[in-house]
Amino acid sequence: MTTLVERLGEHYRQTPEQVAIHCLTGDSAESITYRSLLDSAASAARDLIALGLQAGDVVIIIQPHGGDLISGFFGVLLCGAVPSILAFPSEKLDPQRYARSLAALMNVTQPTALITNQVFEGEAGDVLSESGSSLRILLSEEFSTGKQYDLMSLPGVDLTPDDVALLQHSSGTTGLQKGVALSHRSILTHIERYAEEVRMDTQDVVVSWLPLYHDMGLIAGFLMPVLLGATLVLTSPLEWVRAPYRLMQAVSRYGGTHSWLPNFAFNFCAQKIRERDLEGVDLSSWRAVINCSEPMRLESHAQFIKRFAPYGLCEESLGSCYAMAENVFAVTQSTVAVPVNIDWIDRQAFREQHIAQSADQAADSIAVLSAGRPLPKTMIRIIDETWNEVPERVVGEIALKSETLMTAYYRRDDLTKNAFHDGWYLSGDLGYLAKGELYITGRKKEIIIVGGKNIYPQDLEALASEVQGIHPGRIVAFGLFNEQLGTEEVAVVAEEEVEEPGLRTQLAEAVRQMINQGSDIAVRHVRVVPRGWVIKTSSGKLARDANRQKFINTFLMEREGCPPLEEDAGA
Amino acid sequence: MTQASEIRSRIQNEIADFIAQEILQKAARKLSFEEPLISSGLIDSFHLVDLALFVEKTFNVRIDDTELRASMFDTVQELAGLILERMQGEAG
Repeated sequence: MTTLVERLGEHYRQTPEQVAIHCLTGDSAESITYRSLLDSAASAARDLIALGLQAGDVVIIIQPHGGDLISGFFGVLLCGAVPSILAFPSEKLDPQRYARSLAALMNVTQPTALITNQVFEGEAGDVLSESGSSLRILLSEEFSTGKQYDLMSLPGVDLTPDDVALLQHSSGTTGLQKGVALSHRSILTHIERYAEEVRMDTQDVVVSWLPLYHDMGLIAGFLMPVLLGATLVLTSPLEWVRAPYRLMQAVSRYGGTHSWLPNFAFNFCAQKIRERDLEGVDLSSWRAVINCSEPMRLESHAQFIKRFAPYGLCEESLGSCYAMAENVFAVTQSTVAVPVNIDWIDRQAFREQHIAQSADQAADSIAVLSAGRPLPKTMIRIIDETWNEVPERVVGEIALKSETLMTAYYRRDDLTKNAFHDGWYLSGDLGYLAKGELYITGRKKEIIIVGGKNIYPQDLEALASEVQGIHPGRIVAFGLFNEQLGTEEVAVVAEEEVEEPGLRTQLAEAVRQMINQGSDIAVRHVRVVPRGWVIKTSSGKLARDANRQKFINTFLMEREGCPPLEEDAGA
Repeated sequence: MTQASEIRSRIQNEIADFIAQEILQKAARKLSFEEPLISSGLIDSFHLVDLALFVEKTFNVRIDDTELRASMFDTVQELAGLILERMQGEAG
């Protein structure tokens, strides 16, 4: 067993001129060889060491997509320090507010340094220095260039497999954020095992637009190809969302073989690409297009195949996966080159008894896509409220054990304790097992997943409570699945402080603006309601599902289409 | 001149209606022509492409994907200006 640094060193020595990453920005492509990748990383490492960074220190990286992000990340690793990539604030997000929201995370994680660029530093540097007085800030514009360093002289070579390699953070801001610390051993073990599952080798080409602050982007769409010696073609979420056709063009141009996409991306690509942007595109090399990180829908796969089959995409190329940062990445994976199993189940039995009873394909049946089988050395158990294992086809919480499972949330013993029971990690997701395959049906944990991005409703509620005229503590945020988009939309219901029906629309707009500019998502539905509307439990806690159901009954009854699975699950 | 301002106002109304109905899905919402759209997050990134496709289909001018940002246009008024410029450019 080796470390990430040793593995990179092998590529550096053995195949220095091989392109590790084609980094795409607009119409230009920068081809980064292993030599240039590690030379620039070593250079960044020298700068970090000069700044006083030591092995084991945590370094937060807030950078836009591109070469600087990549060399900063590997530079930290070469120092023997622990990188953690966070999202770069989007155009609409207030940088000062974003910086303030990092304070809680900084308190827990206690990073030594921050790598960012002049733009973000200029807008939020004052807030950042306040929130962590000892935080050293390194600007990527000031990275030294052009000098050659001996990799072997850097502290990263002294790491051992059980040292922490990196931290993956969840995006919460109101005390909910937690970092998953992953060791070199876990990452390398996982990558080797998962590569076998998806039949990836050094000849393959991963095409990804996924953000690197998320496990799917960081592991499957970045570290796996780079560490294995496959080729990575990398673009950014910001570019892809404005020009989804670039994904298809990149697959065609570079002979892409593997991609991972959240469910909504299947709908998005199918619906929003012009015919002329697909001229000459050939997708026949794309043999694993894997749906992961939010509820997977048959309809999304169907749309995608229909749209891209004329360009050479095969139906059996579509795959599915269930993954989480806590397990490095994948927990289950469908078989590559075999169509994903579709399980038709009886709607009523599912809704009323939480049983996935096999049914014929009919209007009152639900199609559930298989997430595949557990990876080798991964055990899955479906459990009830009292942690007892339930029989096949009974819906319960998904618990798991594996060789690569994290042992703790970084410096969050409180959260770690609640996350495990008897050595089993409690995922907070709901599903069932049938013939050895896992089917995901909903979730128990309070998270909204928008386009593959996890959002804590508490963060949105805290933002809404800042609006004058809204009654703090009487706000509820939840997700509503939108079949057309293939993902959840966010709804917020807030009680007014003073009965004033004429002001409700205006207040709702203020809440919308507060959330849109204070968070990473755009809220779809906002309703300001009279006092007493929001349902709380007898212990005074918000009952999100009850409120969601009330919202649907009150405001959305005219909504068309069949009731989505997430709402059915209602657990 | 009147004709030019009529065209501008027609374009602005069509864009505002499209955003209210198709993107915000609130037909009753009256969008001001000066209201920030992108920098405010009113139009999220998922829907920028919809706006570009609509403009292309309706006015027959192309907004490039690199132009889908607040620094290019952030209000209905600015977008209408961009469209008019392109229409005249193509006509000339």
